[in-house]
Amino acid sequence: MIGGVEGRLYLDGVSVVFDGFRALNALSLIIEPGELRAIIGPNGAGKTTMMDIITGKTRPTAGTVSFGEHDLTRMDEAEIANLGIGRKFQKPTVFDALTVFENLELALKAPRDPWSCLRWRLAEGARRRIETVMEEIGLTERARDRAAILSHGQRQWLEIGMLLIQEPRLLLVDEPVAGMTDQETESTAALLRGIAGRRSVVVVEHDLEFVRALGSKVTVLCEGSVLSEGSIDHVQNDPRVIEVYLGR
Amino acid sequence: MSATTAHPPVRTALRPGLVLRGLLLGGLAILALLPVLNQLPQDSALHVSDFVVAVSGKWICYAILALAIDLAWGYAGILSLGHGAFFALGGYAMGMHLMRLIGPRGVYGHPVLPDFMVFLGWTELPWYWWGFQHFPFALLMALAVPGLLAGLVGWLAFRSRITGVYLSIITQAMTYALMLAFFRNDMGFGGNNGFTDFKELLGMPLNTSGARAALFYAALLALGAALLLCRHIARSKLGRVLVAVRDAESRLRFLGYDTTAVKLSVFVLSAMIAGLAGALYVPLVGIINPGEFSPGNSIEAVVWVAVGGRGTLVGALLGAFSVNALKTWLTSFAPDLWLFVLGGLFVAVTLLLPRGLAGLFRREEGR
Repeated sequence: MIGGVEGRLYLDGVSVVFDGFRALNALSLIIEPGELRAIIGPNGAGKTTMMDIITGKTRPTAGTVSFGEHDLTRMDEAEIANLGIGRKFQKPTVFDALTVFENLELALKAPRDPWSCLRWRLAEGARRRIETVMEEIGLTERARDRAAILSHGQRQWLEIGMLLIQEPRLLLVDEPVAGMTDQETESTAALLRGIAGRRSVVVVEHDLEFVRALGSKVTVLCEGSVLSEGSIDHVQNDPRVIEVYLGR
Repeated sequence: MSATTAHPPVRTALRPGLVLRGLLLGGLAILALLPVLNQLPQDSALHVSDFVVAVSGKWICYAILALAIDLAWGYAGILSLGHGAFFALGGYAMGMHLMRLIGPRGVYGHPVLPDFMVFLGWTELPWYWWGFQHFPFALLMALAVPGLLAGLVGWLAFRSRITGVYLSIITQAMTYALMLAFFRNDMGFGGNNGFTDFKELLGMPLNTSGARAALFYAALLALGAALLLCRHIARSKLGRVLVAVRDAESRLRFLGYDTTAVKLSVFVLSAMIAGLAGALYVPLVGIINPGEFSPGNSIEAVVWVAVGGRGTLVGALLGAFSVNALKTWLTSFAPDLWLFVLGGLFVAVTLLLPRGLAGLFRREEGR
């Protein structure tokens, strides 16, 4: 994987109001280039809304969202994706009717307009790139199988592979280990640790053991803004965190 | 992971896919022979009547329309219930050319104006009739007008993320609105009578068996070309992008694809293929009127594709020919039953044969 780590994700005073409900409340957050960050928080804390704001699915009511010098609030989803911001959804959404290889081929960096897709020929370099990623995510044996018949864990891996192959500069990962076995969870943590450094990775997760395994800085969200930030030990001992997370 | 390793597919003596391909090529070959067999003496066992040739020519045009629908619906998941409108617009463009060619041979003998305009007391040809005396211009319009309409409707709908049943309703409303508009005499398209009494096309009188054979082969050639074009698209990466739009559009958007542009281009291309089908249909049947815009026509065309098996292309042909054969047979003795049979067919296929007739010939893949 080539490419430098440039671009800092910057959220300042971001608020989102849906029909009077404040999903985000003056949220400010900075993710440095190459940083691995875990975001935790109770249900309804605004984790998913934050991801939606960054990827352009939802527009903020107020505040600044930028990546490097790009103002993300003025870009649509496709433009943001092409900027190098990839998102892994909570529910794996791979293309069921296509094979593992074809899923990765669609994700591969290439001109995406209809005419270029019609004229696309798989070059040797592209084939090797797909094979390398299949190796990384352990799906080489399943290359010609449709995604529909993969197991839950394998679908998650395929989706991570589809993000990796795009060589993103910022990766947003939503609850990657939900429903995974312990062994799969462990290897996922190792994979994400390996990916960060060359690019920023933001992981939203409930599983505190997994967050500990990531060994990264942790941000705790609550009611749409940052409650606490620091190492896992720091936030776990923060009285405010204990109150919202464990106190009830 | 070893437990889940894929097994190589079991080889059977005759792959079902081959049966389907053989059926397709055999069917096209038989179609190609029909005008020849029509020339045999009446008492020959192989003689084919004019009726069979005329009806088969119509079905070929319907099959092209079915291909257009399959490309948009079967691959990209755009269920248009208004494709009959694109077909009819292509037909009207060709009809305008045929009307201009009548010239002074009309009932009123006006050198330029078609009969219905003289009847309405018009003295000048409306501007939108200009240029239709030239065949290439009319053919261009038969493709461009449906394409532009699809572009406009598609652009408005897709950029607003209107999908599924809402899009189907909009396309249905579109064809209904056009039907009402074309029924009006002052639109300048012959009102409810439409166009008929055509005399010639490209210098050949239309009432000869030679002309009928030429039009038949033109339609068959267009069907082959449309099939090859659609197959080329389906097998390219664009074809896989279309399937991805159909199954998980927002996911594809996050991969950086402009799904609006993808859907718009396939919808416009599909409308142009439908327009071509209409342009071939009108000289074959010798008439075009606003009834071609009726919403039922568009729905019927969708049923052909559903019966044949969507997302297969071959299924669209299979469905268009088999449903129309059933219709021709049934309406010869019980025309009132047809709508019930059509509806029942759609329900039966949806419940019992979700992959259509083509599904019967295809190996179960990846499930």
